[in-house]
Amino acid sequence: MSSATEIAAAIRAGQQTAVETLEKSYSSIAARDEEINSFLHLTKSRAQAQAAVIDAKVAAGEDPGPLAGVPVAIKDNMCTRGEPTTCSSKILEGWRPPYDATVIGRLEAAGAVIVGKTNLDEFAMGSSTENSAFGPTRNPHDTTRVPGGSSGGSAAAVAAEFVPLSLGSDTGGSIRQPAALCGVVGVKPTYGAVSRYGLIAFASSLDQIGPFAANVTDAALCLDVISGHDAQDATSIPEALAPTLPSLNDGVAGMRIAVIEELVGEGIDDDVCARTNEAADALAAAGATVERVSIPATIYGLAAYYLIAPAEASSNLARFDGVRYGQRVDGENVAAMNVATRSAGFGDEVKRRIMLGTYALSSGYYDAYYGKAQRVRTLIANEFAAAYENFDLLLSPTSPSTAFEIGAKSDPMALYMCDVCTIPSNLAGHPAISVPFGFGDDGLPVGVQVLAPMLDEAKMFRAAKVLEGAAPIPKAGA
Amino acid sequence: MSGEISPDEVAHVASLARLRIADDELETFTEQLCAVLETADALNSLDLSDVPPMAQPYPLANVVRPDVIVPSLDREEVLAQAPDAQDGRFRVPPALGEAP
Amino acid sequence: MSDPLDGWEIVIGLEVHVELATKTKLFCGCANMFGDEPNTNICPTCLGLPGSLPVPNAQAIDFAMKLGRALNCTVSPSIFARKNYFYPDMPKDFQTTQYEEPTNENGYVLLPDGMSIGVERAHIEEDTGKSTHLGEGGRIHDATATLVDYNRAGVPLVEIVSRPEMHSADVARAYVAELREILLATGVSDARMEEGSMRVDANVSVRPAGSDELRTRCEVKNINSLRSLGRAINYEARRHVDLWTNGEEPKQETRHWDEDGGRSTSGRSKEDADDYRYFACPDLPPLHPTQADIDAIDAAMPALPAGRRTALAAAAGVDVCDTTLTVERGLDDLVIAAIEAGADPVEAMKHADQNLSDGQGQLSVESFVALLAMDADGQLSSTQVKTVLGELVATGGAPADVAATMGFEAMNTSELENLLDGIIAESPDEWTRFVEGDRKVQGFFVGKIMKATQGNADGKVVNQLMTQKASGEHL
Repeated sequence: MSSATEIAAAIRAGQQTAVETLEKSYSSIAARDEEINSFLHLTKSRAQAQAAVIDAKVAAGEDPGPLAGVPVAIKDNMCTRGEPTTCSSKILEGWRPPYDATVIGRLEAAGAVIVGKTNLDEFAMGSSTENSAFGPTRNPHDTTRVPGGSSGGSAAAVAAEFVPLSLGSDTGGSIRQPAALCGVVGVKPTYGAVSRYGLIAFASSLDQIGPFAANVTDAALCLDVISGHDAQDATSIPEALAPTLPSLNDGVAGMRIAVIEELVGEGIDDDVCARTNEAADALAAAGATVERVSIPATIYGLAAYYLIAPAEASSNLARFDGVRYGQRVDGENVAAMNVATRSAGFGDEVKRRIMLGTYALSSGYYDAYYGKAQRVRTLIANEFAAAYENFDLLLSPTSPSTAFEIGAKSDPMALYMCDVCTIPSNLAGHPAISVPFGFGDDGLPVGVQVLAPMLDEAKMFRAAKVLEGAAPIPKAGA
Repeated sequence: MSGEISPDEVAHVASLARLRIADDELETFTEQLCAVLETADALNSLDLSDVPPMAQPYPLANVVRPDVIVPSLDREEVLAQAPDAQDGRFRVPPALGEAP
Repeated sequence: MSDPLDGWEIVIGLEVHVELATKTKLFCGCANMFGDEPNTNICPTCLGLPGSLPVPNAQAIDFAMKLGRALNCTVSPSIFARKNYFYPDMPKDFQTTQYEEPTNENGYVLLPDGMSIGVERAHIEEDTGKSTHLGEGGRIHDATATLVDYNRAGVPLVEIVSRPEMHSADVARAYVAELREILLATGVSDARMEEGSMRVDANVSVRPAGSDELRTRCEVKNINSLRSLGRAINYEARRHVDLWTNGEEPKQETRHWDEDGGRSTSGRSKEDADDYRYFACPDLPPLHPTQADIDAIDAAMPALPAGRRTALAAAAGVDVCDTTLTVERGLDDLVIAAIEAGADPVEAMKHADQNLSDGQGQLSVESFVALLAMDADGQLSSTQVKTVLGELVATGGAPADVAATMGFEAMNTSELENLLDGIIAESPDEWTRFVEGDRKVQGFFVGKIMKATQGNADGKVVNQLMTQKASGEHL
């Protein structure tokens, strides 16, 4: 499939139409998605209407935008007006929101065509997309394996070349880890850089929306479109992110980069460590000075995250009570109805995290759990800040291992460990990107992670571009 | 604080969250929650006395909007998505007792 | 008959929820409007739809700080917190409120009689939707279904929490009445208990008179008028005293006031968890008012009832508690201006209290002052003054013009004197008796003059003239 950049250019130049581009996308989905299960729902009439609008604009000599006619898939935890939005949960089965998420509006204003909603771990809670109420998504590189999670559907849709771009959400690694496992580019922006209005909240102080793409340039293009201040999101950064496209090819000469020591040792597979070190070498070869840095607090990130995220989630998911929307299971009074509805509608992982979060916030335990975790968060942010006084960027693996088999990790704790490299940047609010860099011993994709200080996405993308050039981008098997 | 949580506490927390955990599931859930809480024990070794809790990743203050009316959602579109509605309102089984 | 509360003291704290008079809700742009068709002022945010987010209303924040300063509170940086519990009128099943760091703290309300009642805090929170219970009699306990309207969900509230420093139903009512006047003066709320824009919950306990312990208290809700407030407090206090006297203890609970039945009934059982699991709302940055913000609010603060009472008392030379009625009617500016223009304070206050019960109307300060002068000069009788005043209030104008239109000639003194001379000439014997000290015959002359002037003579002036003449002749 052509890249988003190429498609948009071709459509703007009148060399192809948005309608035919859309048809190609739907054909590829029809050919293979029954096996992959990346899409939960195709938004055909909306897409066709939008494609027609784009073509009409081109015909009238108007500028249809930087993403003109580019097919984009959306993780099903973002509201699309009039279209099903389920968060891969039975409790929202059939719900059609009466409004669009802000990012949807920004994409469509740039000319993008929303083709469908993708599968995820239920309410974004998971690292494998096995927690979906509508079946797992399979990794296009090896369909016996997971695509990662929670944005597994969006990652797979790009890896399988159904679409050149998709959106995911990242709370503890849910964009970056599936990007690594699927061999695509995935970006978690600075907290507050992309509006959360219309993103169904998991953990409000950690969630961010970001792009998946087959290459770094497309990811930069998409991020530049979706980022920016939104008056409807009070946590939205007032100033827009500096665009990442213009400086993309500026290279890394003179940059100081450090590999995070704690994330290339125990707990990380050897082949993944090897690829990370090779990535470090590639950056050095491109003119950066590359060292190692110790950020001890990163090892506490997992514990802090698994107190903060469930706590916020327990509050955010209370609204799913069968009263106003979604599925309802009746009861003799409203409390009984709430219990019956939520017990039937939520999967086990969601229930686990709600209970964990409720406990962490409860009277008598607040200081020991939630309160303490919020302090650890400051500790992590402080240590990162100290590291960034000496370094421009940091480097680490994205995921401790390559894609594992569906069903292989049944213990929740084992799945939680998948996030050890990605969680710290969610806690600190910093941006990070996963770039495919070679393969593991099993031939499956490996991703490496570039981390940057807040609002420094442009620099982060420069390093990502260098890494991309130094390693081949894997294609999903035909 | 050790990562101990008892099945009774799990049941209590479940009811606070309007969840019913079946008896045969209670033990499994309890074990799983204990495992996670045990990782939290690692935090006890940290000296956090001088570390304030993180309020927000990107510190903002005084984010407000003007007092200007915005059109309402269409009631029919909204109620069409409701599990049950009557007389322009959402209908639920009786709510026992007054709100807290 | 002895007071059943003999030997006991009532301890009352009031929680008053006030709806702010903003155009839109606290966290979204939906109209803040009472009485619209159900669910016609709704949006993703106030419906708690998945993916929605709150953004605070600048006017609501401003009103809340203004209210805090009007209650003499310290205004501080604040954080919005989530109070988590399930109820169908709660769109998110948590309420966004303020918990550990509220906007306003440590204020007080000065009552007309001079008593000061502490205000612990006045914090900002969002209102819930409205539930209607279907079934027999619309009461919760017999309901077959509940219907929910979210028009009110998200309306901005300030919850004013008093310290438990009130010890009688009368003081509690005075506190609420004063609070209402303050709210109206600042314009932050229309504070109507019957419409629900001001809601009062009473926390009531009792203790042996003279002690300072705090015993078990009950919260009484569903109080819809000042009268109910008094009745509910007295009923609850009596109920507690009866229990304590019988060796029992009141159960700490929320109770529902039944106005028709004249009693409180048990509400929610305390077994239903009250662990609200408060935590700072991650969707809302803190509010950091600057000293300049607070100074601007103070500078723009309108005259508040307590201050107006003090000012009037000083101007009129009376006790503060004697100014209540005048200030309540909004007549203090008028009276103070009149006094400053030379009117007699006693007369000005008297007229305000007795003859302006419906307020100032069209009456201007100049006319009021002029009328009082005419009264003092004896140009009009007191009956005439009252009539002219009524006319000035109704339609405005100047008192001399009104008096002329009504045929109340301003009788000058020399005219009266001539008239008196004439009557003296007609009745020399009666006059001689008057001069010799017989005051009983005074009424004879006054009556004759009144008849001759159709009641237009000023009695005071006539008496003065007679006294002058008599003393002149004495000499």
